[in-house]
Amino acid sequence: MAELAIGRGREKKTAYTVTAWDRLKTNREWLGWWFMLPAVAFLILFLAYPLILGVWLSFTDARLGRPGEFIGTENYEWLWDDSIFWTSVFNTLLYTGVASAVKFAVGLYLALLLNENLPFKAIIRAVVLIPFIVPTVLSAIAFWWLFDSQFSIISWSLKKLHLISTNIDFLGDPWTARWSVIFANIWRGVPFIAITLLAGLQTVSPSLYEAATIDGASAWQRFRFITYPLLTPIIAVVMTFSVLFTFTDFQLIWVLTKGGPVNATHLMATLSYQRAILGGHLGEGSAIATAMIPFLLAAILISWFGLQRRKWQQGEAND
Amino acid sequence: MTDLLAAKHVDPKSILTGSSPAVADHSEGMSYLERLPKRLITLYLPLVLILIVLLFPFYWMALTAIKPDEQLLDLETFNPFWTWTPTLKHIQKLLFETKYPLWLWNTMFIATSATVLSIAASVLAAYAIVRLRFKSAQWVGGAIFLAYLIPPSILFIPLSTVVFQYGLFDTSFALILTYPTILIPFSTWLLMGYFKTIPFELEECALIDGASRWQILTKIVLPLAVPGLISAFIFCFTLCWNEFIYALTFISSTGHKTVPVAIVNEFVDGDIYRWGSLMAGALVGSLPLVVLYAFFVEHYVSAMTGAVKE
Repeated sequence: MAELAIGRGREKKTAYTVTAWDRLKTNREWLGWWFMLPAVAFLILFLAYPLILGVWLSFTDARLGRPGEFIGTENYEWLWDDSIFWTSVFNTLLYTGVASAVKFAVGLYLALLLNENLPFKAIIRAVVLIPFIVPTVLSAIAFWWLFDSQFSIISWSLKKLHLISTNIDFLGDPWTARWSVIFANIWRGVPFIAITLLAGLQTVSPSLYEAATIDGASAWQRFRFITYPLLTPIIAVVMTFSVLFTFTDFQLIWVLTKGGPVNATHLMATLSYQRAILGGHLGEGSAIATAMIPFLLAAILISWFGLQRRKWQQGEAND
Repeated sequence: MTDLLAAKHVDPKSILTGSSPAVADHSEGMSYLERLPKRLITLYLPLVLILIVLLFPFYWMALTAIKPDEQLLDLETFNPFWTWTPTLKHIQKLLFETKYPLWLWNTMFIATSATVLSIAASVLAAYAIVRLRFKSAQWVGGAIFLAYLIPPSILFIPLSTVVFQYGLFDTSFALILTYPTILIPFSTWLLMGYFKTIPFELEECALIDGASRWQILTKIVLPLAVPGLISAFIFCFTLCWNEFIYALTFISSTGHKTVPVAIVNEFVDGDIYRWGSLMAGALVGSLPLVVLYAFFVEHYVSAMTGAVKE
């Protein structure tokens, strides 16, 4: 207020008077916060507050419909001795590790293929993205049917080819179930990685490849010394997102196995849903969810440094 | 010859094929160095295999949705990969004997409202961060990017208590108000990128002519950012349609459910022939998005890559 008064006093030297309201209307700080208000309100009410509340809940014995009392780290101690929790941590790491690695490899390969000169290029590229467009739950249901224990078309085809003699119980056995859901996740994630990496590939100037070819570089050398270094920044960001969303995946598992058979395919997200919402133990579920945060922080740090390097490579100011 | 055709065919869709004009000049590149047999093995064969794997689930979904019941479970007497007697029975049953139209309407209503709300908030936020550049705009921008990285899976438990406290449990508003937390960070980030490309001089002219910030935003910036708005809108809409965990947690009564949740919970009964209607449900639930996608492929791709690049 004092500042405004001073400002007003100074203005009076000029011919016309500027009211405090006029100054406020053009004041960047003031306007900036008004413009930010809706977004910030949403994010504080439904993102920041729940995030803190979640950490708090994990230290209480809250249940559905009953606020809990502070019980220290009891939930975490309980989880520490819980073999199902450790199975879910193992599954989450396996799921994230294998799925992300394969998604990256296949996605990059597909991006390189799509970057070639193809007939009907635009249509092929548009079609590739369809698995990403269709809601995960709905395509997971298609996979559920493909993985049916009795009427799976995959089992049927393999039997007709005399590769197997009995139906594969895709979702009934712990390890086949794990590989089946990992496959479904890869299927769903590859298009996103392929198309974003393709966008990165297209910024690489073809003359670099031509120059390298004239210098006698092999196809592998061209990939290793031109494509890969130029693509590293975008790979860093895309893979951070991919890891982040694979790590916290819920939909695919919930539709395909619901964490079964006998809790063998639970991820941390599905286990926290089961404990908190179906079981009613909000505190315990929150503890599982909170246990995911350190992993997410690691992923975010990687993303941060990936972004930084990108700016540095482009010679862009940190603006 | 095919290369030439491809180049011609591709040109208008420059975002899908190569966003920088420099690349278009080199569209043939070095591919003339490779002969057809080699290209067949190294390029077309793997590409066709990957495409088959990517598309087969949809083919299977569509085929199951129109197969008569008796052919569904009998893989021996009928060729399982084709049917000569398609039926609309499953889809008819879906539309007239279940609450499917209501679920579709719920999904569409929730997705549209949440998207409109988020885009309105994001436009204001992105404009403030990029152009008003108040102190700490940098920090707010960074915080919004971080918010983008917080996944719903770690928020749904505390959010369910919050939703309960606010008295929103089991209403559409629970979803309309919580989805923006997923959408606002994304679309703000996307729109910031678009707003940065609008020349500053235009705004300066308007300021000199005495326009207020609000007038500048609505009369200059927004009309120029229409492609960005469309991208953000479509992408947000798709994300809403796709959302599962909040809808599963916050909605309990059948009449308020969205398509993904309803399909998972309401169709899974003991009926041995449920596969037909399940697949019909999945197919009908995906179609609106696929149609939307078909019309706005370029916007879609630019939204996706823009979000990653910025």
